[in-house]
Amino acid sequence: MNSSHTAESNAQDQKSKEPVFRTEDLNIYYGDFLAVRGVSMEIQPRKITAFIGPSGCGKSTLLRCFNRLNDLIPSFHLKGKAYYHDQDLFADDVDPVAVRRRIGMVFQQPNPFPKSIYNNIAYGARVTGMQIDDMDELVEKSLRQAALWDEVKDKLGANGLSLSGGQQQRLCIARAISTTPDVILMDEPCSSLDPISTLKVEDLLQELTNDYTIVIVTHNMQQATRVADETAFFNAEASDDGKRYGFLVEYGPTERIFSQPQEESTQRYVSGRFG
Amino acid sequence: MTAPAYNDSSQAAIPARSGQSKWLDRGFRIVTQGFALAVAAVLVIIGIQVTINAWPAIREFGLSFIYTSAWNPVESVYGALPMIYGTLVSSFIALLLAFPLGVGTAIFLSEDFLPAKIRTPLAFMVELLAAIPSVVYGLWGIYVLIPFLKPIGGWLHDTLGWFPLFRTDYIGPGMLPAGIILTVMILPVITAISRDSLTSLPPSLRQASMGMGATRWTTIFRVLIPAGISGIIGGTMLALGRALGETMAVTLLIGNSNNFNISILAPANTIASLMANQFAEASGLQVAALMYAGLVLFLMTLIVNVLAELIIRKLKPY
Repeated sequence: MNSSHTAESNAQDQKSKEPVFRTEDLNIYYGDFLAVRGVSMEIQPRKITAFIGPSGCGKSTLLRCFNRLNDLIPSFHLKGKAYYHDQDLFADDVDPVAVRRRIGMVFQQPNPFPKSIYNNIAYGARVTGMQIDDMDELVEKSLRQAALWDEVKDKLGANGLSLSGGQQQRLCIARAISTTPDVILMDEPCSSLDPISTLKVEDLLQELTNDYTIVIVTHNMQQATRVADETAFFNAEASDDGKRYGFLVEYGPTERIFSQPQEESTQRYVSGRFG
Repeated sequence: MTAPAYNDSSQAAIPARSGQSKWLDRGFRIVTQGFALAVAAVLVIIGIQVTINAWPAIREFGLSFIYTSAWNPVESVYGALPMIYGTLVSSFIALLLAFPLGVGTAIFLSEDFLPAKIRTPLAFMVELLAAIPSVVYGLWGIYVLIPFLKPIGGWLHDTLGWFPLFRTDYIGPGMLPAGIILTVMILPVITAISRDSLTSLPPSLRQASMGMGATRWTTIFRVLIPAGISGIIGGTMLALGRALGETMAVTLLIGNSNNFNISILAPANTIASLMANQFAEASGLQVAALMYAGLVLFLMTLIVNVLAELIIRKLKPY
């Protein structure tokens, strides 16, 4: 397993400058309702990209396209293209299960399985059919990477739900990285955490960028400035028939988005004058 | 001069609760406590009453009542083994068939295989099976199920006749049709409760599992069912309780034979069915023997319920 992994990472190094995700004029619908309109963007590898913007601007919807989790919603469909490296994510022959094995996700609410801490981590390896020689080692490594090991090493058999909210969220992050995905998508991972847990998760994100590409949706602009290399600002506006849809306003290095935004709406949003 | 109103401590104080409100609280507590205790008391009183009435038979036969199979009112010798066997086996057949069917139906109805417009009426129709009176089930069994099972029963005997459970030929009324009618009767209980426990799971569990790259099937069998298992087992045990005590439909289909026969194709009897058949004409020791059989049934259902409670407590993930 080790040798193939190295070969894989070499291959990744060669194309490390290529974007991980690329969208071309992506329109996302729920039934007749247009949720996100005309997004064209590229996500850079081994960086943290933040999606910011007011509620209802389609940040999470767009994020969930990248691992095809929107497929769980029956009325979901899209126009335009979304590529993962060179592969069309929504081509007919793409297996969404295989996509999700490469692209992990951490959710807004911590959602550990009602299983032991150990089995929460082992689940991913088991369902994805990874060849694991030493499951104990994988569990320890994942929990260490998520900065949770010291807190739980004596109670790995305890139910994941018995942990505090911040610990649960770090357990979910450990679970997401246990299968060594290529990308981790995070949908407001700190919104239900206290400031101390939030800082722990943010520190963790910085460490993870050595190995992973991270896309994070956040409502917290300080968080975006603290962790993100690139920031995309989304906004919502009403179309002619009065329905609101989200669209990408501005996208670039975080520093530029916050200090010298090109668009007035970005300027107003990042300085706290919304809308 | 008196102090201004805002300085008056009695004005500023939070008003005390009125005596009436306190009295209402206490009254409510006492009344509901009384109701709860009354329910428990009814159970205990029934238990004591049945034991008292069964006492002559308990004294006469002791534990041999449970493992002998004579049921002879003429000579006043009673043993309930055939009925205990019939009760257990007919319920076991029902559980064996209804558990996979019911849980399977519950999974199907809790997933989005069908549009909600079709799914909801379908779920409602399954639950409606529980509303059919048991005598209707019995009559349906006589006119439809028994003839329908004839070729199946005959085939079982012809090909597997060497196996004790299929030793006798299918003659119509017997354990098999009774077990199958019980299957239909307990199916809605298992389905409805299992479906409720699956649909009430947080959607984030499914997202977490699918987000890890698990397939729908892995998600169902390794996350959703383990998370909902306490409801599924609870529903199954409730259904088993119903199957053990079901009387009317079983009486019409089981053949009411008090002779012990291990074959499920032969006529048999259950405790509930025995009591329904004989109680009206019984006298003396026969009444006591019937009461004793009732006590055995009472204990069997009690054990099932206690077991269910223990299993649920052990498996409860939340």
